Amino acid sequence: MQNLIEIKNLEHVYTDTDGNEVKALDGVSLDIARGEFVAVIGANGSGKSTLARHLNALLLPTAGKCIVAGMDTADDDNLWNIRQHVGMVFQNPDNQIVAAVVEEDVAFGPENIGVPPQEIRTRVDNALAAVGMTDYAKHAPHLLSGGQKQRVAIAGVLALEPDCIVLDEPTAMLDPRGRSEIVGTVKKLNREKKITVVYITHYMEEAMQADRIIAMEGGRIKMQGTPKEIFACVEELHAMGLETPLAAQAAYDLRQKGVKLPQGIIDDEELTEELCR
Amino acid sequence: MPLNLQNVTFTYMKGTPFEKTALSDVSLQIEKGEFVAVIGHTGSGKSTLVQHLSGLLHPDKGSVTVDGVNLNAKNAAAKKARNSVGMVFQYPEHQIFAETVYEDIAFGPRNKGLGPDEVDRAVRDAMAFVGLDFDSFAKRSPFRLSGGQMRRVAIAGVIAMEPDYLILDEPSAGLDPRSRDAVFKEVMALYKKRGIAVILVTHNMEEAARYASRLLVISGGQVILDGVPHDIFTNHKDELLAASMDVPPVYKLADCLNAHGLPVERTPELAALEKQILELRRAKHAD
Amino acid sequence: MLTDITLGQYYPGNSVIHKLDPRAKIIATLLFIAAIFFADSLLSYGVLALFVAVVIGLSRLPVLMVLRSVKPLWIIIVLTLFIHAFTGEGKDVLYQYSFLRLTTEGIIMGIKMSLRLVFLLLISSILTFTTSPIVLTDGIEALLRPFKCIGVPAHELAMMMTIALRFIPTLIEETDRIIKAQTARGADFDSGSLLQRAKNMLPILVPLFISAFRRADELAIAMEARCYRGGEGRTRMHELAYKAKDFIALAIIILLIAVLAVMRWGLGL
Repeated sequence: MQNLIEIKNLEHVYTDTDGNEVKALDGVSLDIARGEFVAVIGANGSGKSTLARHLNALLLPTAGKCIVAGMDTADDDNLWNIRQHVGMVFQNPDNQIVAAVVEEDVAFGPENIGVPPQEIRTRVDNALAAVGMTDYAKHAPHLLSGGQKQRVAIAGVLALEPDCIVLDEPTAMLDPRGRSEIVGTVKKLNREKKITVVYITHYMEEAMQADRIIAMEGGRIKMQGTPKEIFACVEELHAMGLETPLAAQAAYDLRQKGVKLPQGIIDDEELTEELCR
Repeated sequence: MPLNLQNVTFTYMKGTPFEKTALSDVSLQIEKGEFVAVIGHTGSGKSTLVQHLSGLLHPDKGSVTVDGVNLNAKNAAAKKARNSVGMVFQYPEHQIFAETVYEDIAFGPRNKGLGPDEVDRAVRDAMAFVGLDFDSFAKRSPFRLSGGQMRRVAIAGVIAMEPDYLILDEPSAGLDPRSRDAVFKEVMALYKKRGIAVILVTHNMEEAARYASRLLVISGGQVILDGVPHDIFTNHKDELLAASMDVPPVYKLADCLNAHGLPVERTPELAALEKQILELRRAKHAD
Repeated sequence: MLTDITLGQYYPGNSVIHKLDPRAKIIATLLFIAAIFFADSLLSYGVLALFVAVVIGLSRLPVLMVLRSVKPLWIIIVLTLFIHAFTGEGKDVLYQYSFLRLTTEGIIMGIKMSLRLVFLLLISSILTFTTSPIVLTDGIEALLRPFKCIGVPAHELAMMMTIALRFIPTLIEETDRIIKAQTARGADFDSGSLLQRAKNMLPILVPLFISAFRRADELAIAMEARCYRGGEGRTRMHELAYKAKDFIALAIIILLIAVLAVMRWGLGL
């Protein structure tokens, strides 16, 4: 498999409001393959949002390299091309919707890059269908639920026909229903449209859906692996201020008390099965 | 000293095409010393409900009283009654306005008409409750703090009003797990020390199960379930699912174990569930 | 309550009025406003009222909602009525108190002036109710484009308007929430001296401004992430194109002006 994103020794230093230099990213190296679903977890201030913003050149490395679809993000000429390849969905659904009608908002991206009107129409219809919002095409965004708004935001990114979507805590402001809407939509896009997904979240049950989890702390990648591998490290996750899925926690506790359980239990079914054995 | 809601009905944007009845004929009573969790999906009417409890919305029909005083009256007694109900909105840090942490927290106590010494004491107490060191934070600009710290300043601003009833609308929204736990630890400490009533609006069933002594389930503008959380999560799962809510993960795990022939009692504590599992295994090995 | 304001909101629909080209609608609205000032006699006001009623009917908007759009300015309307009623030149004095004279002519003048305001509000709200803000700004942008050579930033103005319109409901909601939050902390907005009252607004205004700036910042980043780089090279999903009905609409308005002009100067009605 070919790598869509290649990050080498990425550093990002910025000056905060008090004039101190802060190293938000400190030597991050990471490859993301085409079609992969990667979740990034970490406490506040661990550098995960900063990392995300490097992927479509909203931030540029102060040291190291970030290569997206073969293009260096530091090269100015690649800027708009990179942003077409990598779309970005942010935390607050209200602050990323530009237009007062859903379909007009979805059209915003393709309009910016000069797509012909007929094709914009097709792209908008396809994007809305992909996130299940076709019925709301003519609605006003401020009257939609949080989950619906966030799906509109995803459609707005999809209309640019990107290879990769980066979602920066897209569910942090949503209720449980909205959260499952978003996770479901993102999974579907990854499976059916082969879109590469980088998904930043605080919610472990969402991270569990990914192919690979990156755990960050202090601007570095602390651990990475499959959900089974990561959630086996209960102590390390707690030390990072993160939670573990309930079943993984229970498996860990029971193992501590002498119950023989294999590694890699992360959901209720697996735990129950092992306990019934 | 109960907080009482009597046959309250409320409709948004009455007389327009956007009209929506958010509460219909709701009656309930909350006593000091209760920890009430209010759950319901978005649009169920739970936000409207708590805004009535704090006297911010006036019911179209029915009444809201604290100790018999109508919250919506226009007199000194009503104002005092309203001040006895504190309300922490969602993302309360977005309502911070003053130049220093101290000034922002002092806003409420001053509005209550307290003297400088009393204001100072209230601010210090409130800061202590939310774990903000007075000497290092009082003079700082609240806008330069981290998200979790700003949230604490905002919560302290309501605690400093010294309410008998404290309403918290999703106080942990948008925080990472560590800050989430810290906020709840502080709220629990306050609840226990002052013997106040806490009304917690949440989407998180685990929070409801872990902290509340009473659970209100709102759906379609009505209270559809009102009882002890453990009882509701154990015996009313179907109603919860029908109102597009769920039971906490630890109940789900118990259900999963039961479904596969491991007889365990449902419990809100993971440790208690684990204990049962260990006992079952011991009994099995003894056979 | 703040969230009850309907002025400037879009009400989606499929009526003839909704489907007119925004440029035609804007021009027609301007022409109608001109027509208002052609009206003189009560009969011609009747013609205007009939016209507005027909337009509301064609737009299939809820009548009550359209009428409510007059509400935010009712004080000005009533004031207009009284000022004219008491200061109008007229012989038929009904009541006098020092320099204030209530005259029949003044009352009629007052009614006419208030009606003008009401018609103006109604027709402009029909414009905003039936035209989505983006389409409306597209129209404005297209109408301003010829003036670009003399330095009118047509696209930038249009984009600013689009964003303003998109965020008005959001900021109104936010204001409502901030007012409630400060009220819950015992804030009092209705008492004290004028200076004191202005000071009392700070707990609302400061958070509101901070929030608006935060939103602006986040929106700018989101727009950049979606490849926004100004008006150059942009295409539109809906290209504007005049159709027969747009010319018919404009013709009707011009006819209305003609009728009013004839009534006033030709027939003396």
